[in-house]
Amino acid sequence: MRLELHKLPIENVCWGERTHVKDRTLVIDREKALAVVSGDSRFASASLELARPGESVRIIPVKDAVEPRCKLEGPGEVFPGVLGHAPRTVGEGKTLVLEGAAVLTCGSIVAFQEGFVDMSGPGAAYTPFSETQNVVLMVEPREGLDQHEYEAALREAGLKLALHLARECKDTPAEKVEVFDLPSVGEVQKAHPELPGIVYIFMCITQGLLHDTYLYGADVKQTLPALVHPNEIMDGALISGNCVSACDKNTTWHHVNNPVVAELYRRHGVDLNFLGVIVTPESTTLAGKERATWYNAKLAAQLGARGAVVSEEGYGNPDTDLCMNAKKLEDLGIPTVVISDEAAGTDGKSQGLADATPEMTAFISTGNVNEMIEVPPMERVLGHPEAIAHLSGGADESLRKDGSMYVELQSVIGSTNELGFSRIGCRWI
Amino acid sequence: MAYRVVCYINQFFAGMGGEDTAHVPPEFRPEAVGPAAQLDQLLGEEATVVGTIVCGDSYYGEHLEEARKTCLELIKKAKPDLVIAGPAFNAGRYGVACGDIAAGVTQELGIPGITGMFEENPGVEMYREKCYILKAADSARGMRTSLPLMAAFGLKLLKKEALGTAEEESYFSRGIRKNFFHAENGAVRGIRMLLQKIAGEPFATEYEMPVFNKIPPAPPVKDLTKATIALCTSGGIVPFGNPDKIRVSSAESYGVYDIGELEDLNASNYESIHGGYDRVWANEDPDVVLPLDVMREMEKEGVYGKLYSKVFCTTGTGTAVAHAERFGREIGEQLKEAGVDAAILTAT
Repeated sequence: MRLELHKLPIENVCWGERTHVKDRTLVIDREKALAVVSGDSRFASASLELARPGESVRIIPVKDAVEPRCKLEGPGEVFPGVLGHAPRTVGEGKTLVLEGAAVLTCGSIVAFQEGFVDMSGPGAAYTPFSETQNVVLMVEPREGLDQHEYEAALREAGLKLALHLARECKDTPAEKVEVFDLPSVGEVQKAHPELPGIVYIFMCITQGLLHDTYLYGADVKQTLPALVHPNEIMDGALISGNCVSACDKNTTWHHVNNPVVAELYRRHGVDLNFLGVIVTPESTTLAGKERATWYNAKLAAQLGARGAVVSEEGYGNPDTDLCMNAKKLEDLGIPTVVISDEAAGTDGKSQGLADATPEMTAFISTGNVNEMIEVPPMERVLGHPEAIAHLSGGADESLRKDGSMYVELQSVIGSTNELGFSRIGCRWI
Repeated sequence: MAYRVVCYINQFFAGMGGEDTAHVPPEFRPEAVGPAAQLDQLLGEEATVVGTIVCGDSYYGEHLEEARKTCLELIKKAKPDLVIAGPAFNAGRYGVACGDIAAGVTQELGIPGITGMFEENPGVEMYREKCYILKAADSARGMRTSLPLMAAFGLKLLKKEALGTAEEESYFSRGIRKNFFHAENGAVRGIRMLLQKIAGEPFATEYEMPVFNKIPPAPPVKDLTKATIALCTSGGIVPFGNPDKIRVSSAESYGVYDIGELEDLNASNYESIHGGYDRVWANEDPDVVLPLDVMREMEKEGVYGKLYSKVFCTTGTGTAVAHAERFGREIGEQLKEAGVDAAILTAT
């Protein structure tokens, strides 16, 4: 399977008469872009704002982030199986990427577990979205709209807007083209039989309403683990539909920019053979956990894997899925590395996991979600600053009169991302 | 003005002798004695050793409370900004004394205290969580590497410079996890670690597996029809309005609520504040998480004796295990005191 990512680097964003990219600036026809989402009867209101790196802006509460992408050539469309797109497999042909741009969905709170983004100041260092040119979609739900419908509406609106922006820029030739070509497992192993074959076990939050992930539009909690090609992930086959804790939710932006996929691709044919990605649910039941983790280990063995990397999403309950995956893979003789964050308490003195297993000998830490940070007031707040009281990592006293906040790191979107996207990690002191 | 440093050494390093003088009680000398003199030089112009406490190892070990009290009083009078004890290398009694002094000044006087020990010194495990214990060799032959390390680290503390990890600063970690930024992202580190693991090469995990305390279950209730049963939940069910402001996640407290007069939980008297699950149905009927209604029915039917009049509630998401253990101990004590025979814990 061969996919070309045609990238247009975006270094600025502004409003203009026609949506296009010029000199690395994403110019947006505000009215036309808003029309893409404002017709949704589930919203009482919708508006668009811009937030650029370095500005004194806080965005709160942020639910999802989406990178503007669309197909230029090849079968299907990005975000297959949703927005009315056929669930046609993707990952081939050419895909346009507005690299450095992001659509952030924001609005009055859906549930507890959304987060905030600071575009400057000390909080900015913890989130990738302080470095992206952001188009912020702010909506208010229609009165009486059910939480679950509101979540779905906001999810779809973010995808629609990101797709729209990319499609409007189709005529601009890409500045760079990156090729991702990974043939069948048999061919991969034949080309470099001496290299270890590696599978990536990609755990996704699937705990039920407001904590779900969708693969080709299928609700992952109702599926068995699925073997997917990494290119499918880059074409938006996997979508975040969750309001899990902001720090370690995989936003849709993170999915298409999965750093484990990127690193396995980079080392493929050099010192490893990339065998594929197994998208697996994090079930809320023991039977579900057993079924998924046995199936993951079986798939890894079936593919002839000699190593596995497992990434978690969320903390607490899914720590058990993480342990079960590591144990079953190791029991089959497949060396395993896990990537996870820790909940070590605000003082850092508590054990960081809700579950443990001696087989989990190779652990990559993506930080303590409970560590406290102080963020100064921002000149401009997009959204609802008082929402911090209800976010995981926030409390009634978090927001001070001057607009500064004293919060747990977990309230920052993407701060302890367990795909290993950022450089943060826990160390002993 | 230079920072003031007080050192602590034993009788041997003060040149008073070995076992024969190990019983000498603590004394303060207004000068830098033995290794303290070398530390004074290493600290340079920025800090000065203003005095040295000398104490016999046997004395300290045999009069722990008294020795600590005397030493801390002597130290307090000298008004130091930093206390350096030892290094004690692998000397057990000396290590305990150094750890006790460094921990004592840190905790009781609020003055940073540091010491140095070999990894097998019993003082390491006893005091590592209470003060900085820098890594040292197993004998005084390591003095030349140990003293510069302690002086440099001491100056960092005095100047309140940003500290690196325990490994980078070469001290025994105090058991605290702290966020740092690595040079590479987690995915890059992870794939490298995996290839090392596959190849059988050494690698350093970034988190050693914690060891869980195993709690033996209580013996079964002998006669349910006479038993008083309590309800506890980590499902975030609290009286409407969350009067104790229990956090939606990472809770550091729990609430105790009187349900003696209540027959049923409903949307107007109780609610869910839990930040980790979809609360729509729990808010419509909090009994689905904290089953007061069913417990009342069974109480009337005589299935069990009596429902305890109080419920214990917290949120169990992102909650540090250390806090959860404390909640459990405290709630258990309260239940025991109230003569409760059994408890039902509901989770979400």
